[in-house]
Amino acid sequence: MQELIVTPEAQGEPMPGAAFEPAIVAFVCNWCTYTAADLAGTSRMVQSPNVRLVRMMCTGMVDPKYIIKALLGGADAVLISGCHPGDCHYINGNYKARRRVKLLMEILPRFGIDSRRIKLTWVGASEGNEFAATVNSFAAEIKELGPIDTRRLPLL
Amino acid sequence: MPSRIGVYVCHCGTNIAGRVDSEGVARHASGLKNVAVARDYKFMCSDPGQDMIIKDIREMGLTRVVVASCSPRLHEKTFQKACQRGGLNPFLFQMTCIREHCSWVVADPAEATAKAKTLVAAAVSRVNEHEELYSRVEAVHPDVLVVGGGIAGIQAALDIARSGHKVHMVERGPSIGGHMTQFDKTFPTLDCAACISTPKMVAVAQEPNINLMTMSEVVEVKGYVGNYTARIRTKPRYINQDRCTGCGLCMEKCPKSVPSEFEEGLGKRKAVHRNSPQSVPNTPVIDPASCIYLVKGKCGACKQNCPSDAIDFEQQESFLDVQVGTIVLATGFDILDPTPLSQYGFGRYPEVYTGLQFERLNNAVGPTGGKIRMKNGEAPESVAIIHCVGSRDKNQHEYCSRVCCMYALKYDHLIKDKVGHHARVYNFYIDMRCFGKGYEEFYRRVQEEGVTFIRGRPAEVTDQARSEDEQGKLVVVAEDTLLGRPVRVAVDMVVLCTAMQARKDASEVARVFGVSCGQDGFFLEEHPKLGPVSTATDGIFLAGTCQGPKDIPDAVAHASGGAGQALSLAARGEVSISPTVSWINPDICIGCKMCVGLCAYSAIEFDERRRVCVINEAMCKGCGSCAGHCPSGAAQIRHFNEKQVFAELEGLTQRIVPVRQPAAADLT
Repeated sequence: MQELIVTPEAQGEPMPGAAFEPAIVAFVCNWCTYTAADLAGTSRMVQSPNVRLVRMMCTGMVDPKYIIKALLGGADAVLISGCHPGDCHYINGNYKARRRVKLLMEILPRFGIDSRRIKLTWVGASEGNEFAATVNSFAAEIKELGPIDTRRLPLL
Repeated sequence: MPSRIGVYVCHCGTNIAGRVDSEGVARHASGLKNVAVARDYKFMCSDPGQDMIIKDIREMGLTRVVVASCSPRLHEKTFQKACQRGGLNPFLFQMTCIREHCSWVVADPAEATAKAKTLVAAAVSRVNEHEELYSRVEAVHPDVLVVGGGIAGIQAALDIARSGHKVHMVERGPSIGGHMTQFDKTFPTLDCAACISTPKMVAVAQEPNINLMTMSEVVEVKGYVGNYTARIRTKPRYINQDRCTGCGLCMEKCPKSVPSEFEEGLGKRKAVHRNSPQSVPNTPVIDPASCIYLVKGKCGACKQNCPSDAIDFEQQESFLDVQVGTIVLATGFDILDPTPLSQYGFGRYPEVYTGLQFERLNNAVGPTGGKIRMKNGEAPESVAIIHCVGSRDKNQHEYCSRVCCMYALKYDHLIKDKVGHHARVYNFYIDMRCFGKGYEEFYRRVQEEGVTFIRGRPAEVTDQARSEDEQGKLVVVAEDTLLGRPVRVAVDMVVLCTAMQARKDASEVARVFGVSCGQDGFFLEEHPKLGPVSTATDGIFLAGTCQGPKDIPDAVAHASGGAGQALSLAARGEVSISPTVSWINPDICIGCKMCVGLCAYSAIEFDERRRVCVINEAMCKGCGSCAGHCPSGAAQIRHFNEKQVFAELEGLTQRIVPVRQPAAADLT
């Protein structure tokens, strides 16, 4: 069986004829969205394989540089998802995430990154269906948007 | 020295291997940097699977371990312990989920395998950066807090108290007993509810290890597993509990009557009242909203007549802080208000009752003295019982309330028993769910008593008569779905089997205790099957219907489970606390104090002498608010630090193109 690993250098150039398959990184909190993702899995809710989860304890620990690192490292988009406002396991970490993501979304377009490539959602622990729907709709949006071309970005 | 990583890819029977080529994933992993060995195995969590890891650590000198299997929320601890048995620090382990997040949700096997390879690559990349960490051990306070004094709270409190541990029991209402004290009989044995619940209530009052606090609510909880401080607010009862003898003279003399909540609005109570003479505590309570003295400053009839001088209008709200190690939540349920379901006419037609109101009509100390009577004082000749009101209904609650079928059968029997065999009883049901011990037998018995069962959810209850027979009656309009025919049944009385639902303030209570609510509004358990009494917050357990609809035996069993879990922590006396907390590197910190304001737990202090911020590890919960914001990057969460996340991202953003196996037809 032949395996083809496309190195980061070759990114952004989809093989001729192949449909664009985005790589989407999702920073999700352990208590709500990661649990919802588990529930979606246990309930066999088919999801786009493009979204890969990074388990964080809280969205409040998602440093904006993690998001930037993901985008520069080859992710076409980043999803950040945590507990609903008021339901944070750590009292108010999600509010902090909300503020940071808001600022990041204002700054990134100035460097040539479409703010639609970042999405912040709240998916509670029991909302497996909501998680699957979020993953599928976000993957579809990014497929529409096309690959990120970090090499042409002015900051590089 | 480069790390030596062992990678173990699980098949989970066919759960993973049915879609993901586990062998291929292991082969792919063996080519990754620093990977010393990569294996796949049918069940990694089994003893042979764990032994494989332990053996490799010992024989091959592995310094890091990655397991790709189910969710870390399920088996992370299992594998961490295996690493520990092999002599490896449990934090030099990383688990990646290729079942819930991959094989179960990705339809195409090639895409699923490619995603699994990516996830494994990310875990391998991350585990390189892991550091040895050591859990700290903290003492567990031996006392337990039980919140809620219904049958579940009572059971939990008694179980714990009898083991010798002290219990602080907090009840919002004036007495304990909960909904069960409103019932008359209990299904399927027709035991009298009061006969089986009052001995338990009295046992609570007499148990020296239980500190019972009624009229009280928990307003704030601080601390962590083993060391919680709960602030309890006690509302004034306006009657001195130590002096009151429970003679009830005050209730006789009180001139003010209002509708009684305990009687579900069917009866009246005085401004000074108690639910029943068996109430525990049996001290009455003065309702400040209806008491003439407390509203207008005049009256005092109770005070003048009290033989033991127990009335005290000067009582004030008070606060008490208690130290406990664990908490059991038993806050119970609410009954759905059927008024918005206007098709059933509740509130419009006087002879439409909720299930709980019908319980009061049956109760010997209820408004009718236990006789089933209509508002005009006559016994109903015919009764319709409508099942699933608000349950199994997309517009109300999707879930089944689990008790209605059975209490409807109990009503069937009680009507036949109390009104007489001539009384006609019609059940409108969707499905009969009689799943418990002795329940199906009871269903059979009630069928044989001559009760009518019509399968169909009624469209409406109306007083618009279409024939002579329907004059002056309530007409239930439905479709009999077994006959495929519309039916109109004229009856004297309609009983609505209203849904059990979460307490209306469940989400606020959940916030106080740091637990979460599920989509149905009830408190969310840690795992739907294997953790039905624990919550995501260590040291906080659930008991009874606050977790979901339950009948009495299930609520009692659940409560004993919650008590057992709380006790196992309290009896052990110590708990190991995760070391994945924040650390501020003093060499990098610039002392901007940004983190101090961000910390929700006041766990960061500023060291004036060194001009840096310092984490108090005992108070830090590891949320990472500080690390996410620190402008100099000095604050880092252990096990979730920048290096580790960056390494994981490097693996995660690699693109692995799915390789499709040529189909058999293509080979020819």
